[in-house]
Amino acid sequence: MSYLAIQHLEKAFGSNLVVKDFNLGVEKGEFISLLGPSGCGKTTVLRMVAGFERPTAGSITIDGQEVTGLKANARNIGMMFQAYALFPNLTVADNVAFGLKVKGVARTEREARVAEMLALIGLPEMAGRFPFQLSGGQQQRVALARALAPSPRVLLLDEPLSALDAKVRVSLRNEIREIQQRLGITTIFVTHDQEEAMSISDRIVVMNAGIADQVGTPFEIYNRPTTRFVANFVGTLNTFAVQVEDAAAGRVRLGGAALTLPPGLAAGSEMHIALRPEALRLGREPGYETVVRGTVEEVHFMGSIIRLRARVAGESVVLDTFNRADQPPPVPGTDVEISLSGKDAIVLNG
Amino acid sequence: MTRFLAWFALIFGCLYFLLPLVGMAEFSLKMRRGEYSFDAYRRVFEDPTFWATFSYSLVLAGATIVMGVFLVVPTAYWVRLKLPQARPFVEFVTLLPLVIPAIVLVFGYIRLYNTSSWLPLTGSALGTDFLLTMGYTTLALPYMYRSVDTGLRTIDVGTLTEAAQSLGAGWITILGRIILPNVMVAVLSGAFLTLAIVLGEFTMAALLNRPAFGPYMQLLGANRAYEPPALAVIAFAITWGCMGLMQLVTRFSKHERAKA
Repeated sequence: MSYLAIQHLEKAFGSNLVVKDFNLGVEKGEFISLLGPSGCGKTTVLRMVAGFERPTAGSITIDGQEVTGLKANARNIGMMFQAYALFPNLTVADNVAFGLKVKGVARTEREARVAEMLALIGLPEMAGRFPFQLSGGQQQRVALARALAPSPRVLLLDEPLSALDAKVRVSLRNEIREIQQRLGITTIFVTHDQEEAMSISDRIVVMNAGIADQVGTPFEIYNRPTTRFVANFVGTLNTFAVQVEDAAAGRVRLGGAALTLPPGLAAGSEMHIALRPEALRLGREPGYETVVRGTVEEVHFMGSIIRLRARVAGESVVLDTFNRADQPPPVPGTDVEISLSGKDAIVLNG
Repeated sequence: MTRFLAWFALIFGCLYFLLPLVGMAEFSLKMRRGEYSFDAYRRVFEDPTFWATFSYSLVLAGATIVMGVFLVVPTAYWVRLKLPQARPFVEFVTLLPLVIPAIVLVFGYIRLYNTSSWLPLTGSALGTDFLLTMGYTTLALPYMYRSVDTGLRTIDVGTLTEAAQSLGAGWITILGRIILPNVMVAVLSGAFLTLAIVLGEFTMAALLNRPAFGPYMQLLGANRAYEPPALAVIAFAITWGCMGLMQLVTRFSKHERAKA
């Protein structure tokens, strides 16, 4: 059995079933992200693990101990909230020491642990400050130290980076991951930001309407989505309707061009495939089996990447190309050639 | 023109409120014929009944504040956290003391807790003091509840509670170490208002026959000329002192600095 096992978990608010038969096994030291749009039930799952919501059905086990019926304060789970949730009346040191005090840890041991935690988050000089004297990023670091101080069995992160500005968000998520790996603490991270989830997770659970649509590594989730929802939700996608020529050989026709998909397609005359923006190449590229013609409609300069929107055979297509200082991007209205390959295609099921 | 009217309204309002007070203060200083003096104030302060009734009311005000805090803080906290749908009902209940006269309340007490009842609280001084404290708590309820509820509105009660729970804290720890300290300014506001109410309350103390400050002021007013206005000025000073303390506490609170 996994270190944290969630089995057939369900939660209903009145007649509204928000989590449906949710199953997940998390290994010790693993970093799992629950990713999904607002209202998909990811926070509800996290709150049930924390003990703030009582499941309608199912069970939660941590390290072999059934905790489904345990109160939140008896689970030994650390939690970070989106709104920091530092106690405004306590200093940074007292905030970090709070859980230890509640546990009855002796003063000297407590002070040593607080110092250790503040060193871990890189804020040892802030011990005497109050939360309102800290920036958002610093407050969230303190919240992390406070959650980790009592050595919880599981760390739960409820969109802890959402309230921070972009730069702090990136640096703090890397810090969280580094600390999590250093301490080897089992962590569940709730987010609706796919980039965030993919950059720091061992595995991602993509949730849709209360169901875990797909569980996999970031690589699997991005490159081999198993449902149309996952394919659409994670990353940007160009969807095409193709005509199947030879299902067994994986041959399809996109517009006038032929593409060879992985063999073993379901029989049928028409199906949908998807290609990521980075799978499309501007111009003729060797090794790409098909070239289609299109007209550039929009150009978005995004720093290292330039995102183009082009019209190909009546469809709007997005493609990414690396920025090169010696090669300006095409201007809107330019006719271009776009290379694509069947091996990059994602076959959409469901 | 509008500016002139605004100034006129302000000056008229100030005069309307201040003139009687100035007149009363001036009269309280006229005990000695032909010159101003503090004789009336000296008489009041030299009267042992003043100190006895004032101390009595002060002690009862303290007990009322403690009782109010124990009753209101957990109630307001629980309503905000778990029973938001019950808020209109609780607010209605806390407003009842404003519409039900104190005399109705005290007659109810006397009927329920007289010496021939199952709980004869009026049979002893301590029992009556307890009853009076409960009565004062009821009278102060609208102010205490509103103060605490407003204080709770300024903090994220739900998240702070969950954060404390995730760290192993139980309800008493959460209330005592997280919620109460964070609404202390609001509690103090309610406490000062309670103090002002208790010091001036006459009906309950008189009908329960307790030596409180309110009945003493009434008694003095009925028998003396210069001391009652002096006492009224003293009572005003105490009330304004309380209001000033409220302002001071609010201004220097950490919350206010955090918000800024």
